[in-house]
Amino acid sequence: MKRRDFLKGVSAMTIGASALPFLKSLPAMGAPGGTLVTVMGSTINSLDIHRSGTNRPSYQVAVNCYDRLVTFGTKTLEDGSLSYDYDELQPELATEWEVSDDGRTLTFTLRENATFQDGAPVTAADVKWSFDRAVTLGGFPTAQMAAGSLEQPEQFEAVDARTFRIHLPHASKLTLPDLTTPIAIVINSELAKSHATEDDPWATEYLHRNTIGSGAFSVERWDSGQQLVYARNDDWACGPLPEAQQVILREVPSTSTRRALVERGDAQLSQDIPPKDASELTQGDQVEIVSTPIENCLHVLCTNLDFEPFQDRQVRQAIAWAVPYQAIFDNAAYGQGVPMWGGAEDEAIEPVWPQPFPYQENLERARELMAQSAYPDGFEVSLSFDLGQAAWAEPTALLIQESLAQIGIRTQIERIPGANWRTVALVEKSLPLHLENFGGWLNTPDYYFYWAYVHGNLFNSSNYDNPEMAQLVEDTLYIAQSDPAYVPNVQRMIELAIEDIPRIPLYQPSLNVAMQPSIDNYVYWYHRQLDLRPLTLGRAENE
Amino acid sequence: MMNTSGRTRMIAYRLLQAIPAIIGIVIVSFILTRALPGDPAAYFAGPAASSESIEQIRRTMGLDQPLPVQFLAYVKDLVTGDLGHSISTGQPVLTELGARLPASLELTGFALLFSMAVALPLGILAASRPNSWVDHLCRFVVTAGVSLPVFFTGLALVYLFYYLLGWAPSPMGRIDILYLSPPKITGFYVIDSLLAGDLETARAALAQLILPAITLGLFTLAPIARMTRAAMIQILEGEFVRTARAAGLSRRSMLYTYALRNAILPVITTLGMVFSFTLGANVLVEKVFAWPGIGSWAVEALVVSDYAAVQGFVLAMALLFVTINLVIDILYTLIDPRLGMES
Repeated sequence: MKRRDFLKGVSAMTIGASALPFLKSLPAMGAPGGTLVTVMGSTINSLDIHRSGTNRPSYQVAVNCYDRLVTFGTKTLEDGSLSYDYDELQPELATEWEVSDDGRTLTFTLRENATFQDGAPVTAADVKWSFDRAVTLGGFPTAQMAAGSLEQPEQFEAVDARTFRIHLPHASKLTLPDLTTPIAIVINSELAKSHATEDDPWATEYLHRNTIGSGAFSVERWDSGQQLVYARNDDWACGPLPEAQQVILREVPSTSTRRALVERGDAQLSQDIPPKDASELTQGDQVEIVSTPIENCLHVLCTNLDFEPFQDRQVRQAIAWAVPYQAIFDNAAYGQGVPMWGGAEDEAIEPVWPQPFPYQENLERARELMAQSAYPDGFEVSLSFDLGQAAWAEPTALLIQESLAQIGIRTQIERIPGANWRTVALVEKSLPLHLENFGGWLNTPDYYFYWAYVHGNLFNSSNYDNPEMAQLVEDTLYIAQSDPAYVPNVQRMIELAIEDIPRIPLYQPSLNVAMQPSIDNYVYWYHRQLDLRPLTLGRAENE
Repeated sequence: MMNTSGRTRMIAYRLLQAIPAIIGIVIVSFILTRALPGDPAAYFAGPAASSESIEQIRRTMGLDQPLPVQFLAYVKDLVTGDLGHSISTGQPVLTELGARLPASLELTGFALLFSMAVALPLGILAASRPNSWVDHLCRFVVTAGVSLPVFFTGLALVYLFYYLLGWAPSPMGRIDILYLSPPKITGFYVIDSLLAGDLETARAALAQLILPAITLGLFTLAPIARMTRAAMIQILEGEFVRTARAAGLSRRSMLYTYALRNAILPVITTLGMVFSFTLGANVLVEKVFAWPGIGSWAVEALVVSDYAAVQGFVLAMALLFVTINLVIDILYTLIDPRLGMES
């Protein structure tokens, strides 16, 4: 059939009033309208999440085209939107799992009818090969696996075709959640090995361009810098078949263009829209906005303790009392997110994270603290942010600059390009005063504290060094949340974070997604990628 | 007219001249990218990377080697036609250039066509009636065109013709979602789909081009129109024009046959310059219209210190400049026989 004839057929059938975009080339267009068009601002740079240099937006390929052993359930949030549920582990490729009494051996039973997209059954050997790959290739995958105490290939054992076992050096509450991350995917190892070479034993070149999983979708077409086309895997065994037969993801860099596209309905969903658009589009009824606070993530102002004046706790506290929180929330976050200031003072601390700190804008109090400090006349310091984060960081920095000037701290704003940011801020940790936005995938407070409050760890760009904190984190990181020591330890960590205030929380940002009202069942995930599997297109009502 | 062997000699001579320039560019682009602040290994190691994993990536990228060794490796690859891998997009640089350069060339080409179609008549009219309302209109149009930032013109056009009126197709890149890109022959979608005999796709590709081409074209109106006007005024004041006028030649044949042919040389020079400049500099237009061109790719690469991509881009642009200059020189000899004799 010629494409033109096909289009004629389609237009007679459905195009007309709705004029929704259809791909002419669609091979099997069983149910009309099975195509979802989404847009995003960033670019996909690899189909292989384990490859070094794979950027964040590309993680969605791992989410949608591969399966993990386990996944999280879904819960309804207060505003009625859906979120994954950290407290409810659910089967994906593994139908059941068993934890030994000492917590050091995890045994998984694989789903019987699960097959890869080439028809081969998913076996424990595939799981082992995939996990070996993640802990061997280095870079981010290896670091993320290590967060769940998964570090050596020897830890993974394929007992028989359908039984897979993990041996841990110590029990850890983070292991099972870590297996839900987009890193811990299961790859068709036989197919991959047939494309491996001596120089490339893990077939990174092949997996870079091909998705060979058992997941709900496969990448049918990838035009780098332009678009990605997903096709549904009708034999997907790990969940209800997604509604979308085909998903077209177009890369549209300009936020204004993306907004026009989703308002006009030519794109049905726009991923990760800026807070400004989210707050404006919420007013209208053309487009539905789902705005979810990003769990375990904070936008913070960091005071680096390597910079002498910041070694004085009173100076740090003075800054925390001088920050114009509300103005920042209004002008940088456009009211999207959760305030992290103005919490109750002198009250017992709840073991929840993040939570509002008791600081708020109070210049009197800030001046008093400065007067008592070793720097009553103030000092000069540079205030830096990552240019890639300019959308929120630029207005935030300007507002902070203005306020700090009133307590005698003169700041110069430094904008640092993306490639340089990681080096100076996180690796060398040499920026005295800076804005930072770390968020932890695994949603327990101690995990956040491990990365951001322990000396030497990557996101502790403040060089905060408190032996008590380090000890608390060490004692808490692996123990279960039901352990009697857990709650008091976390409370003490939060108490220290408030008192010592090496990181001043500004607000908890939110992840905003814009979609046509017909699209439903969007679920927020900690990895911030669009999970296409549960989405419903709501086309039935229109026909 | 210059004889063929003379022209061949000129081309060979020009190409020879380009060689030292290109060697210089290879060296300078290598040194400049290394001089950029920032550590690509740390960047590409991604979130939560440990210092070991950063080192690991540095090794796989070959960045742990001393600079001279890196340079030799780069030159060796270059000689074999391997421009390396662009890490930010995960593609070989050659593939990226092969996909993006035609996209940029197509857009810039159409923009200049539009620009010339408006600017040349405008400039000629303005020159033939200096200080009349046509002249003022010309001045107003080009000043407005050049003083409006392209992202503004682009967004305004999208708002009007796509969002409000719905006349333009969705600004989602080179081809609408309804269509498949034509089989690649030249990389120019319009030409390729015409070659494939697919008029509908050609029309769709053309429709995608209209708004970005006009946006870019408005910006390049000014140099072309002003240069046409200035050159024409100078020529029209020339003695041969007065003679022609005295000899009773029609205004039309005088203007187009004699004056324009003489005035067109500086205009072509300007065109060449505008073309090479806009090719790499239309980043904002590319962003607004999601055009997968070479400019936005290069800027992204620069921001993340993607060495291979930046070097490949600079080299490709240098080669392009050399080619365009050569083409202009050849055009000169075709239009003005005197030039050929001199060289």
